[in-house]
Amino acid sequence: MVSNAAAELRMGGSTSVASATASEVRQEAREESREAALPLRKESGQREVFCGLTSIVWLHRRMPDAFFLVVGSRTCAHLIQSAAGVMIFAEPRFGTAILGERDLAGLADANEELDRLVADLLARRPEIRTLFLVGSCPSEVIKLDLAKAAERLNTRLAGQVRVLNYSGSGIETTFTQGEDQALLAMVPLMPGAPRESADAPASELLIVGTLADAVEDRLVSLFGRMGIERVRSLPPRSSRDLPAVGPGTRLLLAQPFLSATARALMARGARLIAAPYPLGVEGSAAWMRAAAEAFAIPQAQSAAVLEPLIERGRRAVEPHRRILEGKRLFLLPDSQLELSLARFLQRECGMELVEVGTPYLDRALLAEEMALLPPGTQLNEGQHVDNQLDRVRAARPDLVVCGLGLANPLEAEGIATKWSIELVFSPIHGCDQAGDLAELFSRPLRRRNLLRFS
Amino acid sequence: MELTLWTYEGPPHVGALRIAASMQGVHYVLHAPQGDTYADLLFTMIERRDRRPPVTYTTFQARDLGGDTAELVKRTISEAVERFQPEALLVGESCTAELIQDQPGALAAGMDLGGIPMVSLDLPAYSKKENWGAAETFYQLVRQLLKDQLPAPGTPAPSPTRWREEGRRPRVNLLGPSLLGFRCRDDVREVSRLLGAEGIDVSVVAPLEARPGELLRIPTADANVCLYPEVAGPVCSWLERRFGQPVVRTVPIGVGATRAFLAELRQVLGMDEPVDTGEQAGTQPLQGGHELRSRLPWYSRSVDSTYLTGKRVFIFADATHAIAAARVASQELGFQVVGLGSYSRELAREVRAAARELGLEALITDDYLQVERAMAEAMPELVLGTQMERHSAKRLGIPCAVISAPLHVQDVPARHAPQMGWEGANELFDSWVHPLMMGLEEHLIGMFRHDFEFVEGHRSHLGGSPPGGSAPVGSQPAEVADSPQEEPAAPGSTTGPSWDPSGEAELAKIPFFVRGKVRRNTETYAREHGLARIDSEALYAAKAHFSA
Repeated sequence: MVSNAAAELRMGGSTSVASATASEVRQEAREESREAALPLRKESGQREVFCGLTSIVWLHRRMPDAFFLVVGSRTCAHLIQSAAGVMIFAEPRFGTAILGERDLAGLADANEELDRLVADLLARRPEIRTLFLVGSCPSEVIKLDLAKAAERLNTRLAGQVRVLNYSGSGIETTFTQGEDQALLAMVPLMPGAPRESADAPASELLIVGTLADAVEDRLVSLFGRMGIERVRSLPPRSSRDLPAVGPGTRLLLAQPFLSATARALMARGARLIAAPYPLGVEGSAAWMRAAAEAFAIPQAQSAAVLEPLIERGRRAVEPHRRILEGKRLFLLPDSQLELSLARFLQRECGMELVEVGTPYLDRALLAEEMALLPPGTQLNEGQHVDNQLDRVRAARPDLVVCGLGLANPLEAEGIATKWSIELVFSPIHGCDQAGDLAELFSRPLRRRNLLRFS
Repeated sequence: MELTLWTYEGPPHVGALRIAASMQGVHYVLHAPQGDTYADLLFTMIERRDRRPPVTYTTFQARDLGGDTAELVKRTISEAVERFQPEALLVGESCTAELIQDQPGALAAGMDLGGIPMVSLDLPAYSKKENWGAAETFYQLVRQLLKDQLPAPGTPAPSPTRWREEGRRPRVNLLGPSLLGFRCRDDVREVSRLLGAEGIDVSVVAPLEARPGELLRIPTADANVCLYPEVAGPVCSWLERRFGQPVVRTVPIGVGATRAFLAELRQVLGMDEPVDTGEQAGTQPLQGGHELRSRLPWYSRSVDSTYLTGKRVFIFADATHAIAAARVASQELGFQVVGLGSYSRELAREVRAAARELGLEALITDDYLQVERAMAEAMPELVLGTQMERHSAKRLGIPCAVISAPLHVQDVPARHAPQMGWEGANELFDSWVHPLMMGLEEHLIGMFRHDFEFVEGHRSHLGGSPPGGSAPVGSQPAEVADSPQEEPAAPGSTTGPSWDPSGEAELAKIPFFVRGKVRRNTETYAREHGLARIDSEALYAAKAHFSA
């Protein structure tokens, strides 16, 4: 799906050497020299991961005026409610159009069926402003054209509801890639920035990727203090409040899993700021510094904002570093956050990396992270879960970052775990959150030392 | 297509997973796309299991679809067999795999699996659901394992009283308990204890914790106890037909049902009725040492429970738990059952019969929205339902207790919490009464409505805020009020009667949990009597009319 993303991004990053910033050139060089230093194993076999439909579990809170209608099977409906159903909803924010035998046999017209369902839904929830038709494995295997359906519904519901389409299917997307696809669907609706030339100076900073509200507010205010006044976010808090994009837009990715969205925004003239991701003190400071550089903020001005943050962040991480230092860490693939987490835990918390697994490795978007990992770090792209668990058992790491399907079984084998999904649902970005992020990993180890049953 | 906000059951392969994960020594190879491994969490998180469920998924991706997915299936099967060395293998597909038609069962049949029994599962994902999948899997597995023991046609059925001739205690199998069933873990413990006290041994419990080898002993029991018809109904009927084993079909949930269950067991096994010591369960308050009796009868008869009389309760669950709850609610707690329904179409007939006895029309549906509408229509004071009913009950501001799957993590508690037997009845009493307002609070809120803390709908023993806080006092949820399913207005009138301020003010004085019902009754009365405006007088007239 995005196999050529890296190549395209690299091209996008250096279409003209004149426009390439110093950091982009450095990145190119680093990428070439580093890749050899990080052994990469590519594995295939059973993958113990979520499909992209799971993104609905956090996107419905980020944009409360949106509704997510999955077109799929009972399995899809069951997945989402198993994940989100422990919360009790007075008003549903997502649902599934379950395909029946008539739909598969072609006896029912898919478009008529969708129209009927959407009408029922909007009668119940008239305040919905954006409706996402979310594709699934079954809808893609039988080649239902949801893009066309969305177009048609848009014309019918003009003015009332905007209808978008993206794929959250397991055959196409893994977990957080669902967000990438959802944002990608929103890109064409973003207004164009005023006509500017292709090498327009930076005029607006666009932070891409879901952030916790408080984290977002904090980062925007810090950028303001640095002198970057115009900062917008994608996704917005309200689905109709989409930021503009154009040649003056500078993209700062808050999340590493946004390959397709980043490319689409660049195709609309925006330029990507190369940086590590804002996890931990070092990553967050480098991330903000890269933005300041892109906006030509004087060094002294950004340093004045950053230095106290760095100082405070380090102090907050310190007690957790004492617990984590020297401990061996094994990360199983889940969200593509793994490289950034490994970098933070190794460099700032003193952990040793046994294996860093990721469901998908976008070399271009992770170049800055790879440059910060110690040479020799074993990367693993893809998964053969049983073989990977054999490696876990053989290595007996002090902490395994893994999904909830594996966490309790590993705990029962005496191996400490940190369930990875929590990292997508927690405010972990920015210097101010570095202590909290470290705490997520030190907590299971502290707990093991606390519990006594004799 | 059907619009589904919440589904009562998963797809049928989740039912098959439940059988595999409940048992030991069984492995399941499931042809499914990447992402379908979410089902593992049902076991590791909701059931809090300490091991991975015994299932290997092919987890194909889009790029595999261009290639040879059949080859992927075969590779997965041989790897799984080699790694896990199961005593029996299940092979099947999920909904997406059903569309690409690789026939994994046929592929497995053509492979050398070292002679382990293999069951190829054919579970139509677009027409059947979880419980059906569980029942079908359990049935196919038992059939496959017992095929060498089948008695020749015309063999007389074994005598259910052969235990006497053989000079041993009677023994029965407990069939149906499984993971993700409702409180099965503790029900098994409770029923086993109950039977032990009656002098009856438990032979095989399955599928929960059983090994394939144990299933081979099923025919040696004197009878099968069908604890959960949704899962074990078909297999019990088959065993009855082919092995002549009688089936005990009463489900022992509630005091009366538990006694009926014991009576049926004794009758099936040809046991003598125990000598009646005049100490019938619950006819007198408990004194220590009677651990085999339930406290429910005394708790329910004690004066503290008088205010429960006639409380309106709406019940929706799987068939087994819905029918049992209706009996307990109406006969043992003195509630008035105002709605009864189930999503178990396979057992719809039984639910309809139970509803008829209560003068109700059963609601048989798997459409959550239809259940929500029926609930709003009935305006109950308590909802006994599934995890899904908690959503609608929250929306309508009605107290709710969960009595059946689908469940979530809070319904797999650490404490012993059966639904069956004497202790089960204790659990029912506590958990159903808990969400209701306590008696004294109910009285005082009815008397004094101007309090700054104990306001409308506040249930202080639950902490937190009043239920239905989002709905303005005395109003129904907008969607309910405007829904086309609203009772039709009287012929000839296009709009119903309207409330004038004095009527509204009077309505606001009605305790919140019956206010919905009073509003509806008063409007019905006004329509029947041709009143266009409802004032306070009309409300009192209606009150007298309906209590007459």
